[in-house]
Amino acid sequence: MAQPLEQTTTAKTPKAKSKTRPYWVEPVVTMTVLGVWVLYSLWEVLFHNSGTYHNYISPYFSPGVGEWFGWHVLDALYVAWVPLVFRFSCYYYRREYYRGFFWDPPGCAAADKPRPRYSGETKWPLAFNNLHRYAWFLVLIVLIFLWKDAVEAFFFKNGFGVGVGSLILLVNAVLLTFYSFSCHAFRHMVGGDKDCYSCDGKPTTSYKLWQRVSRWNVFHGTWAWASLASVWAADLYIRLLMMGVIHDVRLF
Amino acid sequence: MGKESYESLDYDVIVIGAGGAGLRAAVEVSENTGLKVAVITKSLLGKAHTVMAEGGAAASFGNVEAQDGWETHFYDTMRGGHFINNYRMAEIHAKESPDRVLELENWGAVFDRTPEGRIMQRAFGAHSFRRLCHIGDRTGLELIRTMQYKAIHTGIEVYQEVTMTKLLVQDGRVAGAFGYLRSDGRFVLFRARAVILATGGWGKIFKVTSNSWESTGDGAALAFRAGVDLMDMEMVQFHPTGMVWPPGVRGLLVTEGVRGEGGLLRNAEGERFMKTYDPERMELSSRDVVARSIFKEVQAGRGSPHGGAWLDISHKGPDYVKAKLPGMYEQFRTLADLDITKEPFEVAPTCHYTMGGVRVDAETCATSIPGLFAAGEVACGLHGANRLGGNSLSDLLVFGRRAGLGAREYLSQSVDWAQVDESELDAEMDRVLEPFHRPGGVNPYHVHEELQAIMTEHASIMRSGDVLQAGLEKLLALKEMVPKMSIDGSRVYNPGWHAVFDVENMLLLCEGIVKSALERKESRGAHWRTDYPDELPQWQEINFVESFDGENIRLRTEPVKAMPENLTKLFSYGKAPGLVAREGKES
Amino acid sequence: MGEEFRLSVWRGDPSGGQEVEYRVPGETGMVVLDALQYIQHNQAPDLAVRWNCKAAHCGSCGAEVNGQPKLLCKTRMDDYVGETVSVKPMQTFPIIKDLVTDVSWNYQVAKEIPPLDPMYPAPFQMQQVDATRVQEFHRCIECFLCQDTCHVLRNHEGQQQYFGPRFMVKIAEYEMHPIDGADRLPLLADQAGLGMCNVTKCCTEVCPQHIRITDNAIIPLKERVADRYYDPVKILLRRLSGKKAGPTQTPSRSST
Ligand SMILES: Cc1cc2nc3c(=O)[nH]c(=O)nc-3n(C[C@H](O)[C@H](O)[C@H](O)COP(=O)(O)OP(=O)(O)OC[C@H]3O[C@@H](n4cnc5c(N)ncnc54)[C@H](O)[C@@H]3O)c2cc1C
Ligand code: SF4
Ligand code: SF4
Ligand code: FES
Ligand code: FES
Repeated sequence: MAQPLEQTTTAKTPKAKSKTRPYWVEPVVTMTVLGVWVLYSLWEVLFHNSGTYHNYISPYFSPGVGEWFGWHVLDALYVAWVPLVFRFSCYYYRREYYRGFFWDPPGCAAADKPRPRYSGETKWPLAFNNLHRYAWFLVLIVLIFLWKDAVEAFFFKNGFGVGVGSLILLVNAVLLTFYSFSCHAFRHMVGGDKDCYSCDGKPTTSYKLWQRVSRWNVFHGTWAWASLASVWAADLYIRLLMMGVIHDVRLF
Repeated sequence: MGKESYESLDYDVIVIGAGGAGLRAAVEVSENTGLKVAVITKSLLGKAHTVMAEGGAAASFGNVEAQDGWETHFYDTMRGGHFINNYRMAEIHAKESPDRVLELENWGAVFDRTPEGRIMQRAFGAHSFRRLCHIGDRTGLELIRTMQYKAIHTGIEVYQEVTMTKLLVQDGRVAGAFGYLRSDGRFVLFRARAVILATGGWGKIFKVTSNSWESTGDGAALAFRAGVDLMDMEMVQFHPTGMVWPPGVRGLLVTEGVRGEGGLLRNAEGERFMKTYDPERMELSSRDVVARSIFKEVQAGRGSPHGGAWLDISHKGPDYVKAKLPGMYEQFRTLADLDITKEPFEVAPTCHYTMGGVRVDAETCATSIPGLFAAGEVACGLHGANRLGGNSLSDLLVFGRRAGLGAREYLSQSVDWAQVDESELDAEMDRVLEPFHRPGGVNPYHVHEELQAIMTEHASIMRSGDVLQAGLEKLLALKEMVPKMSIDGSRVYNPGWHAVFDVENMLLLCEGIVKSALERKESRGAHWRTDYPDELPQWQEINFVESFDGENIRLRTEPVKAMPENLTKLFSYGKAPGLVAREGKES
Repeated sequence: MGEEFRLSVWRGDPSGGQEVEYRVPGETGMVVLDALQYIQHNQAPDLAVRWNCKAAHCGSCGAEVNGQPKLLCKTRMDDYVGETVSVKPMQTFPIIKDLVTDVSWNYQVAKEIPPLDPMYPAPFQMQQVDATRVQEFHRCIECFLCQDTCHVLRNHEGQQQYFGPRFMVKIAEYEMHPIDGADRLPLLADQAGLGMCNVTKCCTEVCPQHIRITDNAIIPLKERVADRYYDPVKILLRRLSGKKAGPTQTPSRSST
């Protein structure tokens, strides 16, 4: 019987686990990577007004809300906050930034100065993380556009084709889909809130869906990092194209 | 020595032991009765030996095989016990265990399910049908955790890490118990109108054992000293499959569930040797038979590299094994670097259960001292010469409850607290503190190791008259060490000090074991004498009963109670009653 | 194996203590508890260490080995070849002596949790798929290693405000039980302090029973609490429909 809930993600290798790194290594790495990403995003969002290169559009600028309404100041701002809020309230990123930025805790069972004033997620603004589900709905809308962009990335002026950019945007859409659909809030909505899947007789669709999402959810952290990297890569690729630093390679 | 002080607490009922039996008894006494109940345990709540039980609890629901019923369960239990069981206990047990298991479900236990959504049952040695209600291979954990949470919500007070060293009896009835707090060494007196013993067995008398450190037989020894009779002491069960390698885990249990789920036993030559010993039931024969068979194979030179047999479940496939035996998978992976879903592993007999113990009344679990009750492994009678797997967990529930009811009924005759004799307490405190005042004496751990060595050599799975006799002499010599054991350090959480009393208790019981093993001149169930290899009908009529006068153990025989006719009839078909009924329907 | 292991064991009481070094002859497959017992039997009979089963079943032997919360009976010495193995008591709980700590706080918390309240008496009709979900939580051996590592309890003196991961698992066990009819969300939102947990998952990392505490117990409970207390739409809908907050499904309760 398959029991995804029962398996551990970190298959423990019996040997050679004792030479542990100092506890601060992990939070410092997290802090650096996330920090650089945030700085990059700020630069991208605050200093550019367009993310379109022919049939490619950067995920930071999609959908083009500014264009729809004819606003042309800081175009990315109208949408970029959605994935930002989504990631900020994501249970996985919460783990990362509480550990990395707040040092609550810096490492497990690590020495830490007692800080009795800690209030967890009970107070504003962190209590807002409890509304993560709404960020999920918003991001769903964005995701639909990203898929549209990914498809359009295969249709060049002269018809169907495949460029490196098309592939990057496709991979990005796939990874974001896995990331969004392995979300804890989504897992809750599709059936996690139920206590009984079989009380009406046979296990329901809800059970099957929940089971599938649970299976993806095990790797939610992986999807989180992978999709972060792919968004970054997609944007950077398009930005460099636009700046004329590199040229798109058409595969056929 | 300055006069020691002690704390004094009054309860209607105290229950010594927080295993399955103790907790079930306590719940029965306290729920909706307004009685003040305390449970006392040597360890933390929820850690008692019961937590280790793996395979399941036997109850004849017939969820998987509908022919099952209490008659067949009774039949299997009596046959498994080689007919020296107390038939009435076996009958009560078979009839009541399904209700007790359902009670657990009500209180939060979540058993594995059948496709119809009922409690799943697995096959186990010598049970005619699939009868063991289980949760993977951690049924004991489920049982004790459920009982623990039930208990704390019925207003029972739990005293954790408190060791009782003496049962108090005054004017022929129970007055309470006396002991000390392990955490700081202070003394404490529990005055009680009734006392329920549920202290478990004494499997720690052997080195190779599946038992936890608590199984030192305290309750049986305390009761024995207080004047209660012990019975069937020669009957010590060896579980056929304990871990063998590496040395640190030797004896650790490999649940019978492995065989229940289809595991196969092979010798070094790759042969399924059980076909020579029990061709019909093969691996699922009763424990005494399988244990002896492995032992014989090893003796005949067909053992595995570290002196055992090979057990193999890998043909069931990794998914199945991991779902049904997750604990076993984990145990071998972390402790033996071995993947049981891929390869066979070595097993050998390990001391597992003590069928003997405090002699009790089947209906109420009352002992011969008014106000003193006993249930669980410390009591005796249900299992006879050999316990069937899974019959202990149900025993705990059935007779735990019965002991609770017994105590309640006893109290309803408005008994008051008995007086406690101060001088007796002073003497006890002196005795308990004495090891601190004997500098440079004998290390209690070493006495324990010596005791285990003697029992292993002289009174283990294979016994004979001369060897037992020699063992008895060694035990008596070892007894001389008791007043010499000494220990350093303070009274605060001092395990060396605690070990002194464990050893004393075990020594007393070991003497009892060897004495009755010497007298039972036949082989029956777990008791295997090479000088009397056959099961003899005249011995089926008697139990050995022992009493203690403070100096010597006296042995006598008592006739086994005869079954009434409606029960004897169940044995007249030559097969399990459930099977008879089925054939009856088919024809 | 012949080689020798070096252990540095914390010895002391509430007034203080220090690490003491011991040497123990190695044996194949030895666990830290074996080494400590060797010390106890041969060098320091009064060395206090809690254990019961020595089989990773009972959860008595939690301590910190080289700074990591571990079960002593499940941690192999040969994981630390060539190192001095430091063994310390769990830091979150008050010391009694040596490696033994006072974990009684946990037992007090346990009493605060309302037990299972079945909607009808057993035998329950329940499929394995539903059982499987809660059975994960039933694996808990109450070793309290998760409580030890949880920074809310360990660093923020959160005992007054948070029950700790072990008891989130316990509450999840009841809350997700298909037949349970009680409502523990108010408890979770308030006294049990679910909001104090910031899902940083240290508890999951140390759990010797591999219970996915954060993902399968805490986060789903947080989502349920959000349904009840944070989600404005759900709150509004409940107001409008006049439904009382309570368990989502309410099969008729047979008379109790
Ligand atoms: C590894 C293993 C697996 C098993 N598997 C199964 C199985 O699958 N099915 C089955 O039916 N049976 C099984 N058994 C047998 C069964 O678990 C035990 O027989 C049963 O748990 C005994 O329960 P108990 O309540 O009598 O006592 P225990 O659980 O042994 O509890 C004894 C209690 O008494 C307390 N105590 C003892 N002495 C004192 C004292 N001096 N002062 C204060 N308190 C004291 C202890 O602290 C403890 O709380 C297994 C046994 C083992 C070892
Ligand atoms: S995830 Fe929550 S409960 Fe677990 S250790 Fe972190 S803060 Fe504590
Ligand atoms: S949840 Fe895991 S770590 Fe916490 S007490 Fe239970 S078994 Fe131990
Ligand atoms: S939990 Fe990470 S996206 Fe929702
Ligand atoms: S001694 Fe039982 S878990 Fe380690």
